[in-house]
Amino acid sequence: MKQKEYTISILTEDKPGLLNKITIIFNRRKINIASLNVSTTEVAGVSRYTLVVSLTPEEVEKIIKQIRRVVEVLGSFYYEEDEIYYREIALYKFSIDTYKNNNELEQLIRNHGAKVMATEEDQVVIEKTGTKQETHELYNAFQPFDLMEFVRSGRIALSKSKRRTEAFIHELETSTSNTLSIKEF
Amino acid sequence: MNTSTLELEEKEVNETEMITGAEAVLKCLVEEGIDTIFGYPGGAIMPVYDSLYGYADKINHILSRHEQGAIHAAQGYARASGRVGVCFATSGPGATNLITGIADAMIDSTPLVCITGQVASHLLGSDAFQETDVIGISMPVTKWNFQVTSAEEIPKAIAQAFYIAKSGRPGPALIDITKNAQQEELDFSYTRCHRVRSYHPYPEIKEESLRAAAKLINKAKKPYILFGQGVTLSGAEEELKNLIEKTGIPAASTLLGLSAFSTKHPLYVGYTGMHGNYGPNVKTNECDVLIAIGMRFDDRVTGDVNTYAAQAKVIHIELDLAEINKNIKVDVAINGDAKQALQALTQLVNQNSHEGWVEEFHECDRIEMEKTIKKSIDPEGAQITMAEVVHKLSVFTKGKSLIVTDVGQHQMMASRYYKFDEPKSHITSGGLGTMGFCLPAAIGAKIGAPERQVIGIVGDGGFQMTLQELGLIMQYNVGVKILILNNEFLGMVRQWQQLFFDRRYSFTEMQNPDFIKLTESYNIPALQVSDRSKLEDAFKSWLGTEGPCLLEVIVEKEENVFPMVPSGSCVSKIRLE
Repeated sequence: MKQKEYTISILTEDKPGLLNKITIIFNRRKINIASLNVSTTEVAGVSRYTLVVSLTPEEVEKIIKQIRRVVEVLGSFYYEEDEIYYREIALYKFSIDTYKNNNELEQLIRNHGAKVMATEEDQVVIEKTGTKQETHELYNAFQPFDLMEFVRSGRIALSKSKRRTEAFIHELETSTSNTLSIKEF
Repeated sequence: MNTSTLELEEKEVNETEMITGAEAVLKCLVEEGIDTIFGYPGGAIMPVYDSLYGYADKINHILSRHEQGAIHAAQGYARASGRVGVCFATSGPGATNLITGIADAMIDSTPLVCITGQVASHLLGSDAFQETDVIGISMPVTKWNFQVTSAEEIPKAIAQAFYIAKSGRPGPALIDITKNAQQEELDFSYTRCHRVRSYHPYPEIKEESLRAAAKLINKAKKPYILFGQGVTLSGAEEELKNLIEKTGIPAASTLLGLSAFSTKHPLYVGYTGMHGNYGPNVKTNECDVLIAIGMRFDDRVTGDVNTYAAQAKVIHIELDLAEINKNIKVDVAINGDAKQALQALTQLVNQNSHEGWVEEFHECDRIEMEKTIKKSIDPEGAQITMAEVVHKLSVFTKGKSLIVTDVGQHQMMASRYYKFDEPKSHITSGGLGTMGFCLPAAIGAKIGAPERQVIGIVGDGGFQMTLQELGLIMQYNVGVKILILNNEFLGMVRQWQQLFFDRRYSFTEMQNPDFIKLTESYNIPALQVSDRSKLEDAFKSWLGTEGPCLLEVIVEKEENVFPMVPSGSCVSKIRLE
């Protein structure tokens, strides 16, 4: 079956070691994690892991269910692109000389909706928020100009669902069984 | 939280007192009703062992001869008694020696709480003496693990470990306790854990799934039940029998399901899997509705998943959601506890019988008897066969013993020819296939079920992997009966070499020690038999001996286990000879 890009969102207790407990589930099946982000949520003590992986629909369901088996996992869900709002952030570094000597760079920054994040005596850092494709396009555009360093963050995503994390946690605390389907959140 | 839970929890809160973390560990265990521990001391767990010295009246600690022995004994204990097995080991090698048993318990769903000592917390990560990252190492093979670095964390961690290990689909939990946490003092109180908000071990069974299953069952012409260990774990033996008897559906067992339903019942049609019976395998691919109960469609059961029961509607009753649609796509999933599910389902199904269909299984039995079984249990050769020994043992003990097996040919012969007639009577390393499991697990089983006759059946290879535990039998006079089926070969590997590798017997022949002398050196009576005519007498003196006793039977060197579904092939292509 054909692979698709899925965004996996996992709510967990904020405990050490959990990152490992989650990633070994992917390692076992030799699945490459394309991007990973760990963040706090609006609920104290609850973390959100956001991962991007390419899997078949069958594989993603199996993985989600195995992630749910981890005791400290509150919920795990998977989404296709149209089911989420998502962004990544990229940073691009140039030497101050390159930046000053190439007027096209400022043009590119404007056209791509990027901005100068920091200007130092010897270097400039540009920041761009967007989809992976957008940050990559800017990277390609910057490539000819002696780009010193480039980095891109993991994807962060929120689902289009109207449910609140807090309500979900409350439901878990009060019910004896986790009845939420893996696609529901 | 409702008020009744609050009251319950308040009642269980003890008066507080200042004690060391080490003593807290033992108090927690006593609070959990634990009176038996298997373990091995060492530097990083010495404070706990020091406290244990004063707990001899409350806790019976069994000293193994190797940590692997301790954990397999804890597994045998847990599976025979239905309680949580508890195991102690020190840091570093002590902890890593537990890993095989932990992995075994994980895949065979055995409730264990393992407590390992760890170097002092200021030394963590510094490659200190006997430091190993046991949390990291055990993570993929534990249901839950947790590192305690201060004394006050101990009660909550242990309470959670017990709750998680035994609830839902059971499994091993590991608590790693740094030495300073064992030495520090804490203000002790204990509350048993009844709830972890991120963990929901008992899914609510959906009414519509039960109705859909009942509908399929009621209109089925050739329904077929396959049951696994989930039935035993949920204590649903009676409920299984009720469903089978009401619907008249023939039922077969997986390896780990054995003994959950009497082999003597007219609707019991045998055991399925790679070396299972002929009927249960071929009929899988002829039935119209397959009802799988508390089992996980292991590859040793399914063979080729693409052809497995492809013609049938599949109903899967399973507690662990991750097992549903993992290996076999199912039509109706009943996600919940087997006991509950079977009770509810039995209400919804019609009284029925399927005599013609059951007769088809019996026809298969006759073929298997003619082509396979007769030759195995009543062989023409002079040498005794493994199948013959197990068959005769089954008759001799009337199928009432608790059988613990190791891994390999003898294991398959035991599962084929021992006719179980009592629940909770079969303990083996099924999922992991751990050689060396039998001897310590049989010891643990006897300690966990002292009223039962416990017989460990083991090959000469597996016996030598953990034979040091004879020392445990000697020291605690554990009345377990051990049966070595000695063919001087790693028989199952040899069989595969014969069938699939052109008889190139690469490193499977074994030169063995004198098992009788060896056993006697531990002051355990032992006898050997190689003559068929003396086998029954040997059983009499072996099983008639008070306390432990070992019987070695010299068996045919190149006996094969048949039938056989070659690895990855279609179950209906089962080979009878």
